[in-house]
Amino acid sequence: MKRIRWTGWLTGGALVCFVGLGAFLGIAHRSGLPAVPLPKADTFPAEMLSHGAALAAIGDCIVCHTADGGVAYAGGRALATPFGTLYSTNITPDPETGIGNWSKEAFKRAMRDGVSRDGRHLYPALPYDHYRQVHDGDIDAIYAFLMTRQAASAPAKTNELIFPLGFRPLLAGWKLLFLHQEVFTPRPDRDAEWNRGAYLAEGLGHCSGCHSPRNIAGAEKTGSDAYSGGVAEGWVAPALNGSSPSTVRWTADNLFTYLRTGVDGHHGAAAGPMGPVVHGLSRAPEADVRAIATYIASLSADRASKAPAAADRAAEASRANPAGATLFAGACAGCHEGGAPMMTEGRPGLSTVTALQLDRPDNAVRAILQGIHAPTGPAGPAMPPFAASLTDKQVADLAAYLRSRFSDRPAWTALETAAATVRKEESQP
Amino acid sequence: MTVTITVNGTDHTLDVDPATPLLYVLRDDLELNGAKYGCGLGQCGACTVHIDGKPAFSCLTPVGAVAGRRIRTVEGLGSTQAPGLLQQAFETEQAAQCGYCIAGMLMRAQALLDRNPDPDEAQIRAHMQTNLCRCGTHMRILRAIRRAVAMRKGIQAAQEARP
Repeated sequence: MKRIRWTGWLTGGALVCFVGLGAFLGIAHRSGLPAVPLPKADTFPAEMLSHGAALAAIGDCIVCHTADGGVAYAGGRALATPFGTLYSTNITPDPETGIGNWSKEAFKRAMRDGVSRDGRHLYPALPYDHYRQVHDGDIDAIYAFLMTRQAASAPAKTNELIFPLGFRPLLAGWKLLFLHQEVFTPRPDRDAEWNRGAYLAEGLGHCSGCHSPRNIAGAEKTGSDAYSGGVAEGWVAPALNGSSPSTVRWTADNLFTYLRTGVDGHHGAAAGPMGPVVHGLSRAPEADVRAIATYIASLSADRASKAPAAADRAAEASRANPAGATLFAGACAGCHEGGAPMMTEGRPGLSTVTALQLDRPDNAVRAILQGIHAPTGPAGPAMPPFAASLTDKQVADLAAYLRSRFSDRPAWTALETAAATVRKEESQP
Repeated sequence: MTVTITVNGTDHTLDVDPATPLLYVLRDDLELNGAKYGCGLGQCGACTVHIDGKPAFSCLTPVGAVAGRRIRTVEGLGSTQAPGLLQQAFETEQAAQCGYCIAGMLMRAQALLDRNPDPDEAQIRAHMQTNLCRCGTHMRILRAIRRAVAMRKGIQAAQEARP
Protein backbone atom coordinates (compact mmCIF):
# COMPACT_ATOMS: atom_id res chain seq x y z
CA MET A 1 0.00 0.00 0.00
CA LYS A 2 2.68 2.37 1.09
CA ARG A 3 4.68 1.45 -1.97
CA ILE A 4 1.80 2.27 -4.24
CA ARG A 5 1.40 5.66 -2.61
CA TRP A 6 5.09 6.41 -3.10
CA THR A 7 4.88 5.37 -6.71
CA GLY A 8 1.86 7.60 -7.08
CA TRP A 9 3.71 10.55 -5.63
CA LEU A 10 6.66 9.91 -7.87
CA THR A 11 4.51 9.64 -10.96
CA GLY A 12 2.61 12.79 -10.03
CA GLY A 13 5.83 14.65 -9.32
CA ALA A 14 7.35 13.59 -12.60
CA LEU A 15 4.20 14.67 -14.40
CA VAL A 16 4.31 18.11 -12.76
CA CYS A 17 7.97 18.48 -13.66
CA PHE A 18 7.29 17.35 -17.18
CA VAL A 19 4.37 19.72 -17.64
CA GLY A 20 6.36 22.54 -16.01
CA LEU A 21 9.30 21.92 -18.27
CA GLY A 22 7.00 21.74 -21.26
CA ALA A 23 5.32 25.01 -20.31
CA PHE A 24 8.70 26.63 -19.73
CA LEU A 25 10.05 25.46 -23.06
CA GLY A 26 6.82 26.68 -24.64
CA ILE A 27 7.43 30.15 -23.24
CA ALA A 28 11.13 29.92 -24.01
CA HIS A 29 10.60 28.87 -27.59
CA ARG A 30 11.00 31.61 -30.15
CA SER A 31 10.53 30.75 -33.79
CA GLY A 32 13.09 31.53 -36.46
CA LEU A 33 12.41 34.34 -38.89
CA PRO A 34 12.94 33.83 -42.62
CA ALA A 35 16.27 34.65 -44.21
CA VAL A 36 16.09 37.53 -46.67
CA PRO A 37 18.47 38.65 -49.40
CA LEU A 38 20.93 41.38 -48.39
CA PRO A 39 19.28 44.75 -49.06
CA LYS A 40 21.15 46.83 -51.62
CA ALA A 41 22.97 49.85 -50.21
CA ASP A 42 21.06 52.26 -52.46
CA THR A 43 17.75 51.21 -50.89
CA PHE A 44 18.71 53.27 -47.83
CA PRO A 45 18.57 57.07 -48.05
CA ALA A 46 21.88 58.82 -47.35
CA GLU A 47 20.46 60.70 -44.34
CA MET A 48 19.33 57.42 -42.83
CA LEU A 49 22.87 56.02 -43.12
CA SER A 50 24.51 59.05 -41.54
CA HIS A 51 21.88 59.03 -38.79
CA GLY A 52 22.57 55.33 -38.21
CA ALA A 53 26.32 55.98 -38.09
CA ALA A 54 25.86 58.65 -35.40
CA LEU A 55 23.60 56.38 -33.34
CA ALA A 56 25.97 53.43 -33.66
CA ALA A 57 28.76 55.68 -32.37
CA ILE A 58 26.66 56.62 -29.33
CA GLY A 59 25.70 52.98 -28.78
CA ASP A 60 29.35 52.00 -29.23
CA CYS A 61 28.41 48.80 -31.09
CA ILE A 62 31.92 48.59 -32.53
CA VAL A 63 33.61 48.20 -29.15
CA CYS A 64 32.12 44.86 -28.16
CA HIS A 65 31.62 43.65 -31.73
CA THR A 66 35.26 44.01 -32.80
CA ALA A 67 38.15 41.81 -31.67
CA ASP A 68 41.52 43.39 -30.90
CA GLY A 69 43.06 44.05 -34.29
CA GLY A 70 40.06 42.44 -36.00
CA VAL A 71 37.71 43.65 -38.74
CA ALA A 72 35.22 46.27 -37.53
CA TYR A 73 31.90 44.72 -36.40
CA ALA A 74 33.06 41.15 -37.19
CA GLY A 75 32.80 40.16 -33.50
CA GLY A 76 35.03 37.72 -31.65
CA ARG A 77 35.86 39.97 -28.72
CA ALA A 78 35.98 38.10 -25.42
CA LEU A 79 33.69 39.59 -22.79
CA ALA A 80 34.56 38.44 -19.30
CA THR A 81 31.46 38.18 -17.10
CA PRO A 82 30.91 36.71 -13.64
CA PHE A 83 29.24 33.80 -15.47
CA GLY A 84 32.11 32.98 -17.81
CA THR A 85 33.43 34.31 -21.07
CA LEU A 86 31.13 35.34 -23.90
CA TYR A 87 32.33 36.11 -27.40
CA SER A 88 30.63 38.86 -29.36
CA THR A 89 29.21 37.87 -32.71
CA ASN A 90 29.67 39.07 -36.26
CA ILE A 91 27.25 41.91 -37.08
CA THR A 92 28.68 42.67 -40.53
CA PRO A 93 26.33 41.89 -43.45
CA ASP A 94 27.98 38.55 -44.23
CA PRO A 95 25.08 36.17 -45.00
CA GLU A 96 26.74 33.04 -43.58
CA THR A 97 28.47 34.23 -40.41
CA GLY A 98 27.05 37.74 -39.91
CA ILE A 99 23.60 39.31 -40.16
CA GLY A 100 23.52 39.67 -43.96
CA ASN A 101 20.32 37.64 -44.28
CA TRP A 102 18.51 39.29 -41.39
CA SER A 103 15.39 41.29 -42.14
CA LYS A 104 14.69 44.61 -40.45
CA GLU A 105 12.15 42.76 -38.30
CA ALA A 106 14.69 40.15 -37.22
CA PHE A 107 17.15 42.90 -36.30
CA LYS A 108 14.49 44.76 -34.32
CA ARG A 109 13.56 41.58 -32.46
CA ALA A 110 17.21 41.02 -31.52
CA MET A 111 17.54 44.60 -30.29
CA ARG A 112 14.26 44.58 -28.34
CA ASP A 113 13.77 40.97 -27.21
CA GLY A 114 17.28 39.57 -27.38
CA VAL A 115 16.38 36.84 -29.86
CA SER A 116 18.57 35.85 -32.81
CA ARG A 117 17.08 35.50 -36.30
CA ASP A 118 17.13 31.71 -35.93
CA GLY A 119 15.11 31.95 -32.71
CA ARG A 120 17.92 31.42 -30.19
CA HIS A 121 17.91 33.60 -27.10
CA LEU A 122 20.80 36.05 -26.91
CA TYR A 123 22.70 36.71 -23.68
CA PRO A 124 21.97 40.04 -22.01
CA ALA A 125 25.59 41.09 -22.57
CA LEU A 126 23.80 42.59 -25.56
CA PRO A 127 22.02 45.29 -23.56
CA TYR A 128 18.59 44.72 -25.07
CA ASP A 129 17.11 45.86 -21.77
CA HIS A 130 18.35 49.28 -22.87
CA TYR A 131 17.69 48.94 -26.59
CA ARG A 132 14.02 48.27 -25.87
CA GLN A 133 13.78 51.96 -25.07
CA VAL A 134 14.98 53.01 -28.53
CA HIS A 135 12.52 54.33 -31.13
CA ASP A 136 11.69 52.22 -34.20
CA GLY A 137 13.14 54.78 -36.61
CA ASP A 138 16.49 54.77 -34.81
CA ILE A 139 16.72 50.98 -34.81
CA ASP A 140 15.95 51.06 -38.55
CA ALA A 141 18.74 53.57 -39.11
CA ILE A 142 21.25 51.40 -37.24
CA TYR A 143 20.09 48.42 -39.29
CA ALA A 144 20.71 50.42 -42.49
CA PHE A 145 24.14 51.46 -41.21
CA LEU A 146 25.19 47.91 -40.29
CA MET A 147 23.85 46.40 -43.53
CA THR A 148 26.08 48.76 -45.52
CA ARG A 149 29.33 47.93 -43.68
CA GLN A 150 32.05 45.76 -45.20
CA ALA A 151 30.99 42.12 -44.90
CA ALA A 152 33.51 39.85 -43.20
CA SER A 153 33.39 36.11 -42.78
CA ALA A 154 33.92 35.39 -39.09
CA PRO A 155 32.11 32.45 -37.48
CA ALA A 156 31.05 32.89 -33.86
CA LYS A 157 33.43 31.56 -31.24
CA THR A 158 32.08 29.14 -28.65
CA ASN A 159 31.18 30.78 -25.34
CA GLU A 160 32.76 29.45 -22.15
CA LEU A 161 30.00 29.73 -19.55
CA ILE A 162 29.51 28.05 -16.21
CA PHE A 163 26.98 25.17 -16.19
CA PRO A 164 24.06 25.30 -17.00
CA LEU A 165 24.08 28.75 -18.57
CA GLY A 166 25.09 27.39 -21.96
CA PHE A 167 21.45 26.23 -22.21
CA ARG A 168 19.92 29.27 -23.85
CA PRO A 169 16.20 28.62 -23.12
CA LEU A 170 17.06 29.56 -19.50
CA LEU A 171 17.41 33.11 -20.75
CA ALA A 172 13.64 33.19 -21.22
CA GLY A 173 13.39 33.00 -17.41
CA TRP A 174 15.83 35.89 -17.05
CA LYS A 175 13.75 37.92 -19.46
CA LEU A 176 10.51 37.13 -17.58
CA LEU A 177 12.12 38.55 -14.47
CA PHE A 178 14.09 41.49 -15.82
CA LEU A 179 13.04 42.49 -19.31
CA HIS A 180 10.12 44.87 -18.86
CA GLN A 181 11.46 48.13 -20.25
CA GLU A 182 9.28 50.18 -22.58
CA VAL A 183 10.08 52.58 -25.40
CA PHE A 184 11.35 55.84 -23.87
CA THR A 185 8.72 58.44 -23.03
CA PRO A 186 9.91 61.99 -22.42
CA ARG A 187 9.32 63.62 -19.05
CA PRO A 188 7.12 66.69 -19.51
CA ASP A 189 8.72 68.51 -16.55
CA ARG A 190 12.14 68.46 -18.24
CA ASP A 191 13.34 70.37 -21.27
CA ALA A 192 14.02 68.92 -24.70
CA GLU A 193 17.80 68.67 -24.22
CA TRP A 194 17.47 66.73 -20.97
CA ASN A 195 14.94 64.37 -22.56
CA ARG A 196 17.17 63.83 -25.58
CA GLY A 197 20.06 63.04 -23.24
CA ALA A 198 17.95 60.68 -21.14
CA TYR A 199 16.76 58.89 -24.28
CA LEU A 200 20.31 58.41 -25.57
CA ALA A 201 21.90 57.55 -22.21
CA GLU A 202 19.19 55.10 -21.14
CA GLY A 203 18.73 53.60 -24.59
CA LEU A 204 21.58 53.19 -27.03
CA GLY A 205 24.24 54.65 -24.73
CA HIS A 206 23.40 52.10 -21.99
CA CYS A 207 25.49 54.11 -19.49
CA SER A 208 23.96 52.38 -16.47
CA GLY A 209 25.10 49.03 -17.91
CA CYS A 210 28.43 49.79 -16.22
CA HIS A 211 27.59 52.63 -13.82
CA SER A 212 24.84 50.74 -11.93
CA PRO A 213 25.44 47.71 -9.69
CA ARG A 214 24.07 44.35 -10.84
CA ASN A 215 22.15 41.73 -8.90
CA ILE A 216 23.09 38.08 -8.51
CA ALA A 217 21.46 37.25 -11.86
CA GLY A 218 23.49 39.92 -13.60
CA ALA A 219 20.57 42.32 -14.08
CA GLU A 220 21.01 46.00 -13.33
CA LYS A 221 19.70 47.25 -10.02
CA THR A 222 17.24 50.08 -10.48
CA GLY A 223 15.49 52.69 -8.36
CA SER A 224 17.78 54.41 -5.87
CA ASP A 225 20.57 51.96 -6.77
CA ALA A 226 20.62 53.14 -10.39
CA TYR A 227 23.89 54.89 -11.23
CA SER A 228 25.32 54.19 -7.77
CA GLY A 229 28.44 52.72 -9.39
CA GLY A 230 29.37 49.39 -10.90
CA VAL A 231 32.26 47.42 -12.33
CA ALA A 232 33.41 46.95 -15.92
CA GLU A 233 36.28 44.70 -16.96
CA GLY A 234 37.93 45.07 -13.58
CA TRP A 235 37.59 48.87 -13.51
CA VAL A 236 35.27 50.62 -11.10
CA ALA A 237 32.62 52.58 -13.00
CA PRO A 238 32.12 55.39 -10.47
CA ALA A 239 28.72 56.39 -9.17
CA LEU A 240 27.08 59.11 -11.25
CA ASN A 241 24.19 59.78 -8.86
CA GLY A 242 24.25 61.69 -5.58
CA SER A 243 26.84 59.26 -4.17
CA SER A 244 29.40 60.30 -6.79
CA PRO A 245 32.86 60.26 -5.16
CA SER A 246 34.35 63.09 -7.23
CA THR A 247 35.77 66.07 -5.34
CA VAL A 248 34.24 68.51 -7.81
CA ARG A 249 30.60 68.08 -8.76
CA TRP A 250 30.11 67.13 -12.40
CA THR A 251 28.48 69.89 -14.41
CA ALA A 252 27.07 69.50 -17.90
CA ASP A 253 30.00 71.53 -19.23
CA ASN A 254 32.81 69.50 -17.72
CA LEU A 255 31.00 66.25 -18.54
CA PHE A 256 30.75 67.38 -22.14
CA THR A 257 34.50 68.10 -22.21
CA TYR A 258 35.23 64.72 -20.63
CA LEU A 259 32.98 62.75 -22.96
CA ARG A 260 34.23 64.60 -26.01
CA THR A 261 37.99 64.71 -25.30
CA GLY A 262 38.60 61.98 -22.73
CA VAL A 263 39.82 64.33 -20.02
CA ASP A 264 38.38 66.96 -17.75
CA GLY A 265 40.49 69.25 -15.58
CA HIS A 266 38.47 68.47 -12.46
CA HIS A 267 37.97 64.69 -12.60
CA GLY A 268 40.62 62.86 -14.59
CA ALA A 269 41.06 60.99 -17.83
CA ALA A 270 38.87 58.29 -19.34
CA ALA A 271 40.58 54.93 -18.86
CA GLY A 272 39.78 51.26 -19.27
CA PRO A 273 36.40 50.57 -20.91
CA MET A 274 35.52 54.28 -20.75
CA GLY A 275 38.20 54.97 -23.37
CA PRO A 276 36.24 53.43 -26.25
CA VAL A 277 33.09 55.23 -25.06
CA VAL A 278 34.90 58.54 -25.44
CA HIS A 279 36.28 57.41 -28.78
CA GLY A 280 32.71 56.93 -30.02
CA LEU A 281 31.40 60.16 -28.49
CA SER A 282 34.31 62.23 -29.82
CA ARG A 283 32.81 61.76 -33.28
CA ALA A 284 29.10 61.68 -32.43
CA PRO A 285 26.94 64.75 -33.10
CA GLU A 286 27.94 67.49 -30.67
CA ALA A 287 24.36 68.30 -29.68
CA ASP A 288 23.77 64.66 -28.71
CA VAL A 289 26.89 64.56 -26.53
CA ARG A 290 25.82 67.82 -24.86
CA ALA A 291 22.39 66.32 -24.22
CA ILE A 292 23.92 63.20 -22.63
CA ALA A 293 26.13 65.45 -20.46
CA THR A 294 23.09 67.47 -19.37
CA TYR A 295 21.17 64.35 -18.39
CA ILE A 296 24.05 62.64 -16.57
CA ALA A 297 24.99 65.84 -14.70
CA SER A 298 21.38 66.09 -13.48
CA LEU A 299 21.72 62.70 -11.74
CA SER A 300 24.08 64.16 -9.12
CA ALA A 301 22.51 67.62 -8.96
CA ASP A 302 21.54 67.04 -5.33
CA ARG A 303 25.04 66.46 -3.96
CA ALA A 304 26.62 69.91 -4.36
CA SER A 305 27.32 70.35 -0.65
CA LYS A 306 28.45 66.80 0.03
CA ALA A 307 31.56 66.86 -2.17
CA PRO A 308 34.73 65.99 -0.27
CA ALA A 309 37.31 68.77 -0.16
CA ALA A 310 40.30 68.44 -2.46
CA ALA A 311 43.33 67.40 -0.44
CA ASP A 312 47.08 67.72 -0.91
CA ARG A 313 49.09 66.85 2.16
CA ALA A 314 52.53 66.18 0.74
CA ALA A 315 54.46 66.43 4.02
CA GLU A 316 52.20 64.12 6.06
CA ALA A 317 51.98 61.61 3.24
CA SER A 318 55.78 61.53 2.88
CA ARG A 319 56.17 60.85 6.60
CA ALA A 320 53.56 58.09 6.50
CA ASN A 321 54.78 56.48 3.25
CA PRO A 322 58.42 57.44 2.62
CA ALA A 323 58.89 54.63 0.09
CA GLY A 324 55.83 55.78 -1.83
CA ALA A 325 57.01 59.38 -1.73
CA THR A 326 60.36 58.39 -3.28
CA LEU A 327 58.62 56.44 -6.05
CA PHE A 328 56.29 59.37 -6.70
CA ALA A 329 59.22 61.77 -6.96
CA GLY A 330 61.05 59.55 -9.44
CA ALA A 331 58.21 58.13 -11.49
CA CYS A 332 55.23 60.51 -11.31
CA ALA A 333 56.29 64.03 -10.34
CA GLY A 334 57.56 64.92 -13.83
CA CYS A 335 53.93 65.06 -14.95
CA HIS A 336 51.81 65.18 -11.80
CA GLU A 337 53.64 67.49 -9.36
CA GLY A 338 52.56 71.14 -9.26
CA GLY A 339 54.44 73.13 -11.91
CA ALA A 340 55.09 70.10 -14.15
CA PRO A 341 54.56 70.86 -17.86
CA MET A 342 51.42 68.71 -18.01
CA MET A 343 49.84 70.68 -15.19
CA THR A 344 49.98 73.87 -17.26
CA GLU A 345 47.85 72.25 -19.99
CA GLY A 346 44.63 72.08 -18.01
CA ARG A 347 45.14 68.45 -16.99
CA PRO A 348 43.63 67.48 -13.63
CA GLY A 349 45.70 67.70 -10.47
CA LEU A 350 45.73 64.41 -8.57
CA SER A 351 43.73 65.87 -5.68
CA THR A 352 40.71 66.09 -8.00
CA VAL A 353 41.25 62.78 -9.82
CA THR A 354 38.25 60.58 -9.01
CA ALA A 355 40.27 57.34 -9.13
CA LEU A 356 42.00 58.37 -5.88
CA GLN A 357 38.66 59.01 -4.13
CA LEU A 358 37.00 55.65 -4.83
CA ASP A 359 36.39 53.08 -2.10
CA ARG A 360 38.37 50.53 -4.09
CA PRO A 361 41.94 51.03 -5.39
CA ASP A 362 41.37 49.13 -8.64
CA ASN A 363 41.36 52.10 -11.00
CA ALA A 364 44.45 53.71 -9.50
CA VAL A 365 46.34 50.40 -9.49
CA ARG A 366 45.29 49.64 -13.07
CA ALA A 367 46.27 53.08 -14.30
CA ILE A 368 49.72 52.72 -12.71
CA LEU A 369 50.34 49.23 -14.07
CA GLN A 370 48.68 49.46 -17.48
CA GLY A 371 48.85 53.19 -18.17
CA ILE A 372 46.14 55.15 -19.94
CA HIS A 373 45.76 54.95 -23.69
CA ALA A 374 44.58 58.16 -25.30
CA PRO A 375 41.06 57.32 -26.51
CA THR A 376 40.86 60.12 -29.06
CA GLY A 377 44.25 59.61 -30.69
CA PRO A 378 47.76 60.93 -30.07
CA ALA A 379 46.64 64.36 -28.81
CA GLY A 380 44.52 62.84 -26.05
CA PRO A 381 45.45 62.11 -22.46
CA ALA A 382 47.98 59.29 -22.15
CA MET A 383 50.01 57.79 -19.33
CA PRO A 384 52.79 55.24 -19.71
CA PRO A 385 52.42 51.84 -18.03
CA PHE A 386 54.66 51.04 -15.07
CA ALA A 387 54.20 47.26 -14.96
CA ALA A 388 57.77 46.64 -16.11
CA SER A 389 59.49 49.09 -13.79
CA LEU A 390 57.55 48.75 -10.51
CA THR A 391 57.01 45.61 -8.44
CA ASP A 392 53.65 44.83 -6.82
CA LYS A 393 55.02 46.03 -3.47
CA GLN A 394 56.18 49.29 -5.07
CA VAL A 395 52.80 49.80 -6.77
CA ALA A 396 51.19 49.23 -3.36
CA ASP A 397 53.51 51.77 -1.67
CA LEU A 398 52.85 54.31 -4.40
CA ALA A 399 49.07 53.85 -4.30
CA ALA A 400 49.06 54.15 -0.50
CA TYR A 401 51.05 57.39 -0.76
CA LEU A 402 48.71 58.81 -3.42
CA ARG A 403 45.67 57.96 -1.33
CA SER A 404 47.03 59.54 1.83
CA ARG A 405 48.32 62.65 0.04
CA PHE A 406 45.40 63.40 -2.26
CA SER A 407 42.33 62.08 -0.42
CA ASP A 408 40.71 62.41 2.98
CA ARG A 409 39.15 58.99 2.66
CA PRO A 410 40.21 55.84 4.56
CA ALA A 411 43.45 54.14 3.50
CA TRP A 412 43.15 51.36 0.92
CA THR A 413 43.90 47.81 2.05
CA ALA A 414 45.31 44.71 0.29
CA LEU A 415 47.02 46.88 -2.32
CA GLU A 416 49.74 44.37 -3.10
CA THR A 417 47.14 41.70 -3.83
CA ALA A 418 45.25 44.15 -6.05
CA ALA A 419 48.43 44.84 -8.01
CA ALA A 420 49.21 41.13 -8.37
CA THR A 421 45.68 40.46 -9.64
CA VAL A 422 45.91 43.13 -12.33
CA ARG A 423 49.38 42.02 -13.33
CA LYS A 424 48.18 38.46 -13.92
CA GLU A 425 45.91 39.78 -16.68
CA GLU A 426 48.80 41.54 -18.40
CA SER A 427 49.71 39.84 -21.62
CA GLN A 428 51.86 42.62 -23.04
CA PRO A 429 55.50 42.82 -21.93
CA MET B 1 71.88 56.69 0.59
CA THR B 2 73.53 53.85 -1.30
CA VAL B 3 71.72 51.79 -3.93
CA THR B 4 73.13 48.68 -5.60
CA ILE B 5 71.99 48.00 -9.15
CA THR B 6 72.98 45.27 -11.61
CA VAL B 7 73.60 46.58 -15.12
CA ASN B 8 74.58 44.25 -17.97
CA GLY B 9 75.65 41.67 -15.41
CA THR B 10 77.83 43.98 -13.29
CA ASP B 11 76.90 45.23 -9.80
CA HIS B 12 77.32 48.92 -9.07
CA THR B 13 76.92 50.46 -5.61
CA LEU B 14 76.15 54.14 -5.85
CA ASP B 15 75.65 56.95 -3.39
CA VAL B 16 72.51 58.45 -4.88
CA ASP B 17 69.03 59.76 -4.04
CA PRO B 18 66.76 56.72 -4.66
CA ALA B 19 64.25 58.99 -6.45
CA THR B 20 66.82 59.78 -9.19
CA PRO B 21 65.67 58.47 -12.58
CA LEU B 22 67.58 55.35 -13.61
CA LEU B 23 68.43 57.10 -16.91
CA TYR B 24 70.45 59.77 -15.11
CA VAL B 25 72.36 57.17 -13.13
CA LEU B 26 73.14 55.15 -16.27
CA ARG B 27 74.38 58.18 -18.18
CA ASP B 28 75.95 60.36 -15.50
CA ASP B 29 77.33 57.85 -13.00
CA LEU B 30 77.96 54.72 -15.10
CA GLU B 31 78.73 56.54 -18.36
CA LEU B 32 76.48 54.21 -20.30
CA ASN B 33 75.32 56.85 -22.77
CA GLY B 34 73.33 54.62 -25.14
CA ALA B 35 69.94 55.31 -23.58
CA LYS B 36 68.85 58.87 -24.38
CA TYR B 37 66.77 61.55 -22.69
CA GLY B 38 63.97 62.30 -25.14
CA CYS B 39 60.83 63.63 -23.51
CA GLY B 40 61.28 62.69 -19.86
CA LEU B 41 57.57 61.81 -19.80
CA GLY B 42 57.52 58.18 -20.94
CA GLN B 43 56.04 59.17 -24.29
CA CYS B 44 58.90 58.65 -26.78
CA GLY B 45 60.87 55.56 -25.77
CA ALA B 46 64.40 56.91 -26.39
CA CYS B 47 65.35 55.94 -22.82
CA THR B 48 64.14 52.32 -23.07
CA VAL B 49 66.17 49.70 -21.19
CA HIS B 50 65.28 46.21 -19.93
CA ILE B 51 64.33 45.62 -16.32
CA ASP B 52 64.19 41.90 -15.58
CA GLY B 53 63.89 41.29 -19.33
CA LYS B 54 61.01 43.70 -19.94
CA PRO B 55 61.28 47.03 -21.75
CA ALA B 56 60.81 50.04 -19.48
CA PHE B 57 61.23 53.81 -19.67
CA SER B 58 64.36 54.54 -17.62
CA CYS B 59 63.49 58.26 -17.46
CA LEU B 60 60.47 57.42 -15.27
CA THR B 61 62.08 54.64 -13.22
CA PRO B 62 63.39 55.73 -9.83
CA VAL B 63 66.75 54.04 -9.32
CA GLY B 64 65.68 52.94 -5.86
CA ALA B 65 62.90 50.89 -7.47
CA VAL B 66 65.31 48.68 -9.40
CA ALA B 67 67.80 47.79 -6.66
CA GLY B 68 68.69 44.13 -7.02
CA ARG B 69 66.90 43.75 -10.38
CA ARG B 70 68.55 42.91 -13.72
CA ILE B 71 69.02 45.96 -15.92
CA ARG B 72 70.19 45.63 -19.50
CA THR B 73 71.13 48.55 -21.72
CA VAL B 74 72.04 48.76 -25.40
CA GLU B 75 75.67 48.37 -24.37
CA GLY B 76 74.68 44.88 -23.20
CA LEU B 77 73.63 43.83 -26.71
CA GLY B 78 77.11 44.12 -28.23
CA SER B 79 79.90 46.56 -28.97
CA THR B 80 81.14 48.49 -32.00
CA GLN B 81 83.68 45.71 -32.58
CA ALA B 82 81.28 42.86 -31.92
CA PRO B 83 77.72 44.08 -32.55
CA GLY B 84 74.83 41.83 -31.57
CA LEU B 85 72.58 40.28 -34.19
CA LEU B 86 69.87 42.93 -33.92
CA GLN B 87 72.48 45.69 -34.01
CA GLN B 88 73.96 44.16 -37.19
CA ALA B 89 70.51 44.10 -38.76
CA PHE B 90 69.94 47.78 -37.86
CA GLU B 91 73.30 48.64 -39.40
CA THR B 92 72.68 46.67 -42.59
CA GLU B 93 69.28 48.29 -43.06
CA GLN B 94 70.74 51.71 -42.17
CA ALA B 95 67.85 52.04 -39.74
CA ALA B 96 69.33 55.06 -37.98
CA GLN B 97 69.10 58.56 -39.38
CA CYS B 98 70.08 60.94 -36.56
CA GLY B 99 70.28 57.91 -34.26
CA TYR B 100 68.80 59.50 -31.17
CA CYS B 101 65.93 57.01 -30.83
CA ILE B 102 67.91 53.95 -31.91
CA ALA B 103 69.15 52.67 -28.56
CA GLY B 104 65.56 52.70 -27.33
CA MET B 105 64.32 51.08 -30.53
CA LEU B 106 66.93 48.32 -30.21
CA MET B 107 66.03 47.56 -26.61
CA ARG B 108 62.31 47.62 -27.32
CA ALA B 109 62.75 45.26 -30.30
CA GLN B 110 65.18 42.99 -28.43
CA ALA B 111 62.61 42.48 -25.67
CA LEU B 112 60.15 41.21 -28.27
CA LEU B 113 62.67 38.88 -29.91
CA ASP B 114 63.72 37.49 -26.53
CA ARG B 115 60.12 36.57 -25.81
CA ASN B 116 59.06 35.63 -29.34
CA PRO B 117 61.91 34.87 -31.78
CA ASP B 118 59.57 34.70 -34.77
CA PRO B 119 57.03 37.55 -34.48
CA ASP B 120 54.71 38.37 -37.36
CA GLU B 121 54.38 41.85 -38.83
CA ALA B 122 51.34 42.76 -36.71
CA GLN B 123 53.10 41.69 -33.51
CA ILE B 124 56.20 43.71 -34.42
CA ARG B 125 54.16 46.81 -35.19
CA ALA B 126 52.03 46.54 -32.05
CA HIS B 127 55.11 46.03 -29.91
CA MET B 128 57.09 48.92 -31.41
CA GLN B 129 54.19 51.38 -31.22
CA THR B 130 55.42 53.07 -28.04
CA ASN B 131 58.74 54.19 -29.55
CA LEU B 132 58.94 57.26 -31.75
CA CYS B 133 61.49 58.37 -34.37
CA ARG B 134 61.31 62.04 -35.29
CA CYS B 135 63.33 61.44 -38.47
CA GLY B 136 60.64 59.04 -39.61
CA THR B 137 62.78 55.93 -40.11
CA HIS B 138 60.08 53.61 -38.75
CA MET B 139 59.89 51.65 -42.01
CA ARG B 140 63.64 50.99 -41.95
CA ILE B 141 63.45 50.02 -38.29
CA LEU B 142 60.68 47.52 -39.03
CA ARG B 143 62.77 46.14 -41.90
CA ALA B 144 65.76 45.76 -39.59
CA ILE B 145 63.70 43.80 -37.08
CA ARG B 146 62.44 41.50 -39.83
CA ARG B 147 66.03 41.07 -40.99
CA ALA B 148 67.14 40.10 -37.49
CA VAL B 149 64.39 37.47 -37.36
CA ALA B 150 65.53 36.07 -40.72
CA MET B 151 69.22 36.16 -39.71
CA ARG B 152 68.52 34.16 -36.57
CA LYS B 153 66.59 31.57 -38.59
CA GLY B 154 69.49 31.37 -41.06
CA ILE B 155 72.02 30.79 -38.29
CA GLN B 156 69.77 28.18 -36.72
CA ALA B 157 69.32 26.37 -40.06
CA ALA B 158 73.08 26.41 -40.66
CA GLN B 159 73.69 24.96 -37.20
CA GLU B 160 71.14 22.23 -37.74
CA ALA B 161 72.60 21.39 -41.15
CA ARG B 162 76.06 20.88 -39.63
CA PRO B 163 76.84 17.16 -39.38
